[in-house]
Amino acid sequence: MTNELNRFQGSGKYVASPDLMSAVNIAMALEKPLLIKGEPGTGKTMLAEAVAEALQKKLIIWNIKSTTKAQDGLYVYDTVRRLYDSQFGEGDVSDIRRYIDLGKMGEAFTAEEQPILLIDEIDKADLEFPNDLLWELDKMEFYIPETGDTIKAAKRPIVIITSNAEKELPDAFLRRCIFHYIAFPDQEKMKEIVRAHYPDLGKKLMDKVIEAFYWVREIGGLQKKPATSELLDWIQALLVGGADPDTLKDALPFAGVLLKKNQDLDTLQDVRERGYSNRRWR
Amino acid sequence: MFTEFFYTLRDKGLAVSQNEWLCLMEALDKGLCGPSLVDFYFLCRTVLVKSEAEYDKFDLAFASYFQGIESTEEIPEEVWDWLQKVDETSREELMARLAALGNTELSLEELQEMLRARLEEQKERHSGGNYWIGTGGTSKLGHGGYNTQGIRVGGESRYRSALQVARNRDFRDFRQDNTLDTRQFQMAFRKLRQFSARTEGEKTELDMDETIRATCDNAGRLELVYAHPRKNTVKLLVLFDSDGSMVYYNKLCSSLFQAVSKSSHFKDLQVYYFHNCIYEHLYKDPHCRWGNWVDTEWVFSNLGPDYKVIIVGDAAMAPSELQYAGGNNMYGMYNEEPGINWLKKVKRHYPHTIWLNPIAEDRWDHTYGSFTIRMVRDVFPMYPLSLDGLERGVKKLMNR
Repeated sequence: MTNELNRFQGSGKYVASPDLMSAVNIAMALEKPLLIKGEPGTGKTMLAEAVAEALQKKLIIWNIKSTTKAQDGLYVYDTVRRLYDSQFGEGDVSDIRRYIDLGKMGEAFTAEEQPILLIDEIDKADLEFPNDLLWELDKMEFYIPETGDTIKAAKRPIVIITSNAEKELPDAFLRRCIFHYIAFPDQEKMKEIVRAHYPDLGKKLMDKVIEAFYWVREIGGLQKKPATSELLDWIQALLVGGADPDTLKDALPFAGVLLKKNQDLDTLQDVRERGYSNRRWR
Repeated sequence: MFTEFFYTLRDKGLAVSQNEWLCLMEALDKGLCGPSLVDFYFLCRTVLVKSEAEYDKFDLAFASYFQGIESTEEIPEEVWDWLQKVDETSREELMARLAALGNTELSLEELQEMLRARLEEQKERHSGGNYWIGTGGTSKLGHGGYNTQGIRVGGESRYRSALQVARNRDFRDFRQDNTLDTRQFQMAFRKLRQFSARTEGEKTELDMDETIRATCDNAGRLELVYAHPRKNTVKLLVLFDSDGSMVYYNKLCSSLFQAVSKSSHFKDLQVYYFHNCIYEHLYKDPHCRWGNWVDTEWVFSNLGPDYKVIIVGDAAMAPSELQYAGGNNMYGMYNEEPGINWLKKVKRHYPHTIWLNPIAEDRWDHTYGSFTIRMVRDVFPMYPLSLDGLERGVKKLMNR
């Protein structure tokens, strides 16, 4: 690697697989956005935090909602405030720059130190949303017609984009990204992750918890399979509420922490009583 | 150098573009790739592949291209340097080469031959003990790179070999050859919208006309007026035929289903299933099991005529299923009213209804079931279940 300082090797709380680490490093070296996909709860958002922590960089998070427009991330021209100010004679109204509020992306471009920009859950937005950001992500600059300014990143921010695969992303956008899919961790990896969060967890409880967790995940017909974050919450609940490791799999206390949907809890009930469930995913 | 690999990837159906390929070359230039084939595998995958659905294709291509050198866990660095040198010279030529297919100076066989020869040598040196330390730089191959190799000997190898990784095909389950269709269908569904400002919720949008009026009324003192943002009011009811004869069209139907369920812009979306023809029940899931249904009348009374309806089915059945009471071919079911009457009821209740047929349009008159297809067409406007058909159908749905 050319720059040892800018190299990500995981962090205390975040257990990254070697291929994920190499993807992060490749994206940084090639100065391209890193697109992270994976099941909900596999730590996509956590990754950006971990990278920021490991590299000691400022993390700027742009949370995407269904109503988010690309423009929101660049800047907002607060015309209403300007109108009000002109009415009441406050401030210098002729200076439009005072009424330009930079969005998260603008913030990342103007940061003095190289920041990390996390565009979280890009698939939540409108279908066309990623296409509207192509130029900005490519060139790391945008133009503000109101003032005639061009905001250009002095140091290209490290861009991490996450997606839950709710919508397909456009090809043109994908071509500009480095892509990595976080596969669901296997049992060994999962133990490592749990250990990173609960270093004092006893071995026996750990084994039983993992066994029960993967058993639940194996149940066919679940609408929302429990993921890492549910598992961690569940362990927390078990630690607070107390549980007997030996009966864990049969009793499954606090199952509501693992399974969030009523239907899934019903399915679990069926499986426990009859050994199978015929509720089907449609 | 690897240009053939590029074409192998494309042959396997991966849409790798020149941009991505050059990006990979840049990555190699920057030395982003470790000495092992596994590193190379991950580098290629992260740069060239853009969806977990394509991982499997990539694995296949990688395994087939590099199968000759699977025994090498790591590519010796000299070979690597040598590979890179060729890369550099070939970079400029790449564009030209992309045009002239397969016109590489070194064939894959030659490359593999050289690799094999060099690796053989490495083995000899290994067994020879201090041979390769002692001879320093005298060998024409040079030894610098082997140092790191030597240190690594006996150390743990964190990876399986790249080909094992590729051969494992961990991502086989993710393959879905229909991803493209889904997006295109979604785009078509986007046209299915009807904006209305008469919705509940917060007034968040600045109403320009009203603001100007109010400000004037206020003797020029700014008075802001907000209005409800306009929202899509389209409600959609989709009815899928899940009869055996529809199995052939599973892929099409599933991409339509995914596109519909991923389209979040509808005000309401309801999906039910039926078996061949609509009778008194609509099923809640595609398995159409006994009892797992709602009454069709219930749907009529609960989902008003403002719903737009898309029926997906091949409409190919025995004429009796449409024309006679008791024609329902589900075992143990008896319908008082012939199917065609039910279809007409649907039409009466939902004026905006279209029928999408997975059978290609030009075969409707000749295929099995052409008789019933014609009868159904007399009731509903029918379109083929294709991108073009869906677009036409959506247009029809939007006509008032």
